[in-house]
Amino acid sequence: MATTYPLQIVNLLAAILLLISFAMLSQRRVVGLVTLFAWQGAALASSTAIIAWSTGQHHLYYSAGLTLLLKVIAMPWFFYRLVRKLDINRDVEPMLNNTATMLIGIALVIFAFNLALPISQMAGTVTRSTLGVAMACVLLAFLMMITRTKALPQVIGFLAMENGLFFAATSATYGMPLVVELGVALDVLVGVFVLGIFFFQIRETFDSLDLKHMEKLREK
Amino acid sequence: MIAATAWLLLGVAGLILVPRLPAISKPVFLLGALVGVLVGATALGFLGAPAETAVLVIGLPDLPFHLRLDNLTAIFTLILGFASAGISLYATGYFHSGHDRPSGLLCLEYHLFLGSMLMVLLADDAYAFMVAWELMALSSYFLVTTDHAIPEIRRAGFLYLLMAHVGAVSLLLCFGVLQGGHGAYTFAYMRQAQMTPYWASIAFLLALFGFGAKAGLVPVHVWLPEAHPAAPSPVSALMSGIMLKTAIYGLLRVTFDLLHLQISWWGSLTLALGLITALYGVIFAAVQSDMKRLLAWSSIENIGIILAGFGLTVIFSADGKGMLAALALTATLYHAVNHAFFKGLLFVGTGSVLHATGTRQMGGLGGLIRTMPWTAWLTLIGALAIAGLPPLNGFVSEWLLLQAFLLTPGLHQNYLNMVIPVAAASVALAAALAAYVMVKFYGVVFLGQPRDPSLKDAHEAGWLQRLGMIWLALGCILLGLLPTQFIGWMAPTVKQLTGQSLVNDGSWLMLAPVNAERASYSPLIFLAVVLVALALTFLFVRKVYHGRVRRADPWDCGFPEQTPRMQDSAEGFGQPIRQIFQAFMRVERETPTPFDRTPHYHGASVDKIWTLLYLPIARVAGWLSEQAGRLQHGRIQWYLIYSFATLIFLLVFTQ
Amino acid sequence: MTTGILLQIAQTLLAILVAPLLLGWTNQCRAWLQGRSAPPITQPYRVMRKLFHKDAVIAHTASPLFRFAPYMVFACMALAAGIVPMIANDLPFSPAADAIALVGVFALARVFLALAAMDIGTSFGTLGARREMMVSFLAEPALLMVFFTASLISQSTQLPHIVDTLAHRQFAIYPSLAFAGVAFWMVSVAENARIPVDNPTTHLELTMIHEAMILEYSARHLALIEWAVAIKLFTYSALGIALFLPWGIAPTGNYGALPLALLALAVKMAGGGFVLAFMETISAKMRLFRVPEFLGTAFLLAVLGMLIHFLLEV
Repeated sequence: MATTYPLQIVNLLAAILLLISFAMLSQRRVVGLVTLFAWQGAALASSTAIIAWSTGQHHLYYSAGLTLLLKVIAMPWFFYRLVRKLDINRDVEPMLNNTATMLIGIALVIFAFNLALPISQMAGTVTRSTLGVAMACVLLAFLMMITRTKALPQVIGFLAMENGLFFAATSATYGMPLVVELGVALDVLVGVFVLGIFFFQIRETFDSLDLKHMEKLREK
Repeated sequence: MIAATAWLLLGVAGLILVPRLPAISKPVFLLGALVGVLVGATALGFLGAPAETAVLVIGLPDLPFHLRLDNLTAIFTLILGFASAGISLYATGYFHSGHDRPSGLLCLEYHLFLGSMLMVLLADDAYAFMVAWELMALSSYFLVTTDHAIPEIRRAGFLYLLMAHVGAVSLLLCFGVLQGGHGAYTFAYMRQAQMTPYWASIAFLLALFGFGAKAGLVPVHVWLPEAHPAAPSPVSALMSGIMLKTAIYGLLRVTFDLLHLQISWWGSLTLALGLITALYGVIFAAVQSDMKRLLAWSSIENIGIILAGFGLTVIFSADGKGMLAALALTATLYHAVNHAFFKGLLFVGTGSVLHATGTRQMGGLGGLIRTMPWTAWLTLIGALAIAGLPPLNGFVSEWLLLQAFLLTPGLHQNYLNMVIPVAAASVALAAALAAYVMVKFYGVVFLGQPRDPSLKDAHEAGWLQRLGMIWLALGCILLGLLPTQFIGWMAPTVKQLTGQSLVNDGSWLMLAPVNAERASYSPLIFLAVVLVALALTFLFVRKVYHGRVRRADPWDCGFPEQTPRMQDSAEGFGQPIRQIFQAFMRVERETPTPFDRTPHYHGASVDKIWTLLYLPIARVAGWLSEQAGRLQHGRIQWYLIYSFATLIFLLVFTQ
Repeated sequence: MTTGILLQIAQTLLAILVAPLLLGWTNQCRAWLQGRSAPPITQPYRVMRKLFHKDAVIAHTASPLFRFAPYMVFACMALAAGIVPMIANDLPFSPAADAIALVGVFALARVFLALAAMDIGTSFGTLGARREMMVSFLAEPALLMVFFTASLISQSTQLPHIVDTLAHRQFAIYPSLAFAGVAFWMVSVAENARIPVDNPTTHLELTMIHEAMILEYSARHLALIEWAVAIKLFTYSALGIALFLPWGIAPTGNYGALPLALLALAVKMAGGGFVLAFMETISAKMRLFRVPEFLGTAFLLAVLGMLIHFLLEV
């Protein structure tokens, strides 16, 4: 392959994103999960910045800055506080054992890569080959949401999914228009705060953040 | 053909003569071995020649047996002849001595079994094939139930017969599909039949099920761990080493010879099933505590590897990659030959142990390398070979198979490109686990201290038995050291099936499939270097070292009351596997309380497939037959009415 | 050809003779990092000399297999050292055994050692054999996946060819190789019985893996095994260097590059030894049944590396 160094670094960052997705899938502690989430944001921000620099798409700088601000600094800080306040840093017991989750994860990655191949051939960007990684990240985050029972890991899984989509957008079309991105960022921010308030409410009602208790709400 | 008759005659002669002249059994088996060598040599001489056909006038009127000897038949006949020669040689000694009296019946069944396997390979029409196939199943059934006084063995025999017949029905249907409405059941017609992919797929699936049931493909493997331990050891060796291969032969015959097209997903399916079988088999082998059961599960593993190679062949060949298909097929055939030799060797080795000690439970054995050195060292060769260690034969076929796996990128399907190299990991895992299983098997049975005081009197196998084992061990060594030679012999078969043969890019010393730049392996140089290194090390130590050797008690860690019972039992050695692969099995355990004066331990790992798949089927079958039982009244008139109603119904229906 | 053979022999002998030095260096680094005063770098040689001059004590129950195994293990390791390109890429022996055969050689040595451990029939020997085989069957697939990734890039399973391709390509970042490198590190830690999988300096029988197997050996047999362990560590390090940092290895026919290659090897080995000591200092030995997870992660990394190779690098 005769690609340029910035692109190679983007490829490397894509690989790291995928690795972090797997690490999140197997991480059992909530604090570790939050840290990994912050790292994922950092990888995302730097890859966006590099793409912006190498392709001259200036609006991507804003996206990178926004990612850095929101997903690397603000949200992890908020989550750390939440964890400390709510005292929920216990082991998260997954629904499925680790090995099985990993094997399903590998299958998903293969699926995503093959799914992305035809799409990425249509895309005109130089970063199109990372599209498969982005899709794999989305699927893995989804898998993480499925296998977790506690509320906070689910929210993190949701945000990780958003990260994957963001990465897909950057690699396929050099990002969405800035207005859309700002809107999404704001939505995510507000959503996280609302969820934070919800956590307190859920815990007051059920005395736990285990979402299994939500089953009680179902009509008999 | 002559050989089959010869085996048959020997069997009959044995049946008639042995009860009167017990001494005759020895020459009979010895002659059987000789016939085996002759069969093998004939097949070897034939390889590469154009196919020969013959029509026998036996059989039903107007339905003569068609026979055909081509390269595919020849290569499997080669396995049959040479491997059975060693086993028969062993059987000469085995059946002669001790409690396994060589009844005339046994002699007949044994040789009938050999002859029917040859007939299966030679058959050239569905009719002759099915007759030989059933004959093979029946004679082996009677061999399995040799000790029919024991209820467990009767149960194992019944299960075997049941599975054999379910498989046979499937094969019958398969041939029905294959003849494509012409009503001609010779293979020559079937070859010319033009089938739609839809019907071809049905035929393939039926064949996969039917032959899979014989070969021990998961989930139709359940009879294998029951039947193999039940049979006398030489028979287990024959069944595991050779009979399972006839199923592989059948699958190859149907897929590559009778069907004119191959479809890629057949290969993917077989590959997946094969890999699952390999892993499943080896995991269960690791938790067994009965020697022969362990080996039976290990046979399932090896069949899985062979079928994985077969699947790969189909994938390549459907994709038009003749060269790679040739490589995969060579690996498949090579492993089939290998397995016949090392599994045969291991089974007859356990036969000697069983004979000398009277137990198959590994918990009651140990330290036999001191009382039975011949058996122990010869079995070691088999154990190292099956564990896939260089420079023995198991490594060659696994190496070839891994090379085939590595060459997949280049297929036209992206999915397969990515999945198959990952799937190679399960072959690697199976091979590594096989090493675990063999360390367990060999270490617990032959090494360590005797777990039972009576083992000190265990006697060595007789010279004929040793000779049989030496023959098989030599096979393992030669197959390991001269792969280029053997691959050269396989080339005509491979060419017949895939249209290309494997080109060896190296010299006779160097095995280099496809391209010498890509990969090469030379067991002879390998062995030479190991030997030189060994010799140099030895001389060096001699030179440097001047101390004496003193014998003492082993280190007891400050606890002087060490007994042989403190060694790992078979269950103990399997414990990590039980722990890691818990999801596959149901563990049944009874542990003694600390206050038990005569502690008794029982542990077994039960196949989950048995409870999840077979018991429900058995229950449904039981329920159905109960419903059918309601029809039974005992009055003959009612039965006549049933028959009459059926007749009327059918007549209406056929109008 | 003749020079090639000479070079081959010289390189193998060099590996065998220098190997204990790497072990000594690692021990020294570890002692420094832990604030102890370090033993001299030649300590492993002294230990071996001492062992070579002692009387051998063998258990009553030992069979010939037990006495044969150390020689076999040593021969296998010498063979392995001959396959891996260390200073020169011109190895006439390497076509006889490729990367897959290398895995086989290690397995052969391991099986013999495990069998020898079971031969005496004490509880510790069998315990060690069982644990060693458990670690190995988990490590082997991961190791093979690492080799597969490398050989998919270079279209060959022969180590000199792999090194040739990787060393002489245009410089590029291969994420797949980065993944494979981490996986290889984890596998070699497990295979060489280092912390966090096993503790090579432990004296507590219950926590032993490798040490439990060789508990019954003494004098010359023990010396051979210790030496083989050193060669194994050296070979694994050389393998890691050859696969992931191949720059500096002399290409075929270029004998002028040999001194430089020797220097490069020394520097890289010293670096590797230091990193190993550092990692051993900052981590603790894990529980035995955490090892499957550890090696499962290695396997996952290797597989991911391979998949990423398909996606990003083809």
